[in-house]
Amino acid sequence: MNRAGPARPRARSGDGRAAVPWWLFLPSVVPILLFSVVPLLQGIYLGFTDYTLGAERARFVGLDNFARMLGDTAFWSSFRIGFIWTFSVTLGVLVLGMTLAMLLNAKLPFQGLARVLVLIPWAIPPVIKGLMWRMVYHPSAGFLNQWLLAAGLIEFPVNVLSDFTWALPAVIAVGIWTGLPQATVVFLAGLQSIPDELKEAAMLDGAGSWHVFRHVTLPLMTPVIVATAALELMWNFNAFGLVYVLTEGGPAGSTKLPMLLAYEEAFSFGNIAYASALGLALVVVVGVLVYFVVRNQYAGAGAGRAG
Amino acid sequence: MRLGHRLRHRLARFGMSLLLLAFIAFLAFPIVWLTSTAFKPAGEIGLQNPALLPRQPTLDNFRVAVEENGVLRSAYNTLKISVLSAVLTLLVALPAAYLLARRRSRMNQAVTVWILVSQTFPLILIIVPLFLILGRLGLVNTHAGLVLVYVVWSLPFVLWMLQGYVRGIPVQLEEAAAVDGASPLDILVRIILPLLLPGLIATGLYTFVNAWNEFFFALVMLKSPDLVTLQVSLARFRGIEGLARWGPLAAGSLIAIIPTLLVFAVMQRRLVSGVLAGGVKE
Repeated sequence: MNRAGPARPRARSGDGRAAVPWWLFLPSVVPILLFSVVPLLQGIYLGFTDYTLGAERARFVGLDNFARMLGDTAFWSSFRIGFIWTFSVTLGVLVLGMTLAMLLNAKLPFQGLARVLVLIPWAIPPVIKGLMWRMVYHPSAGFLNQWLLAAGLIEFPVNVLSDFTWALPAVIAVGIWTGLPQATVVFLAGLQSIPDELKEAAMLDGAGSWHVFRHVTLPLMTPVIVATAALELMWNFNAFGLVYVLTEGGPAGSTKLPMLLAYEEAFSFGNIAYASALGLALVVVVGVLVYFVVRNQYAGAGAGRAG
Repeated sequence: MRLGHRLRHRLARFGMSLLLLAFIAFLAFPIVWLTSTAFKPAGEIGLQNPALLPRQPTLDNFRVAVEENGVLRSAYNTLKISVLSAVLTLLVALPAAYLLARRRSRMNQAVTVWILVSQTFPLILIIVPLFLILGRLGLVNTHAGLVLVYVVWSLPFVLWMLQGYVRGIPVQLEEAAAVDGASPLDILVRIILPLLLPGLIATGLYTFVNAWNEFFFALVMLKSPDLVTLQVSLARFRGIEGLARWGPLAAGSLIAIIPTLLVFAVMQRRLVSGVLAGGVKE
């Protein structure tokens, strides 16, 4: 107490402000800069050049790659497929994830089993997910065809993954299976954080279950749903490994997502610059999508308050 | 009237239970099928009426996977790469995480922004320049190169997780030790590390699983067949699949899932709360 003077600076250093040397961040930041930030900037730059694999140097060509993209049917088709894939998977994950979360929240039998099972697909790497589903879809060795045959829904086995009509829906189903666990876990936690009293009060006021869901549960869950939707949009538009293993983009490009097209351009044809430009187009599309999803949340919240 | 209400309630619950069972089937079936295929003898796999469970379970597929398809070799590669990535990431991240936790600065924002950016940008933008840089350093087609990529790629999120754990340790403990004359090194080794151990394990396992499951970088960076990771070798052995290959492929896939499943089993709670923190904060 009587040595308050000298004690003060020590207390300040103990506060952690002056005591922790700034250079502690170097071992993390230097590698991130060298092997992450710099290559990303270079990659962005490459999108505006004519660089091909093994070329001496990259020549700046401005927006040429993007002009070429506009006339490239492969680009349009892959981005169209990307949109169908992204929206179907995201919607499927949101709807089924919410349904499953509500079932898991309803104190039904098998609940414990389901809560453990729902986590398992999450733990499985994309490559194995792809292989696993190839086995399910296989025309003679998979059980799906057997069931459909037995049920009389089809007359002969369909090789789903090499069928022009069925490949994309089949791949989307796997995408939903992949995204379901994480969304369900997040939704379940969201549901559990809604106080029962709110629902009970609504019920007492004579609201049916659908009304309770529509006017109590859903508005309270909006932030969680929007966050999940934004993440799903981002991940799905940039998806690669799963579909690469399932179909490699086939048959005849009918499941060639943008990332698969970019990979092919870069590593099969060596068109690095064009692949980078495709990557940039992806960033723009994903950015716009996420912006609209997140902005609508605020617009929705505003309208809700006004009404 | 009352009975009718009750009946309706019962029916609704029955319907919901059925729906839940359908979900369970959807989630579990591919995994059951994979497991069952892994234990089926070759003759049973191509049958017109495949049975759900193997009639005569066998370990042959595991033997073939290990002996002929080099699954053991690539499993060893993957294990080595994943363990090294996890350990190195922790070593590199710890000082910065400490700094982030104990000194609020613009660094915190920078880390958050970088996490978001690295989630949004497609890997195709980064992979070619990275490939060229690592090529100049002679690190393409080496495990060291891939470990470097994994460390750098997991760093932002690991920093974020770790600084949260550091923040959980009261500064007062460090101050008290400093007053008692402990050196900074003493404080780190005797006080912070023991308390941080659970956090270090969780973060290390996160990096381990990431590296173990990763496909894209491994596909591009590793060319020699004896260097590839499990994911790459399994994806490749898909290309030459005939029905005869299904069994060993399924067996190899099971081997590849075991470590991540174990980690998930151990970390269930923590993972869930981690995802929640991420999902709800957005």
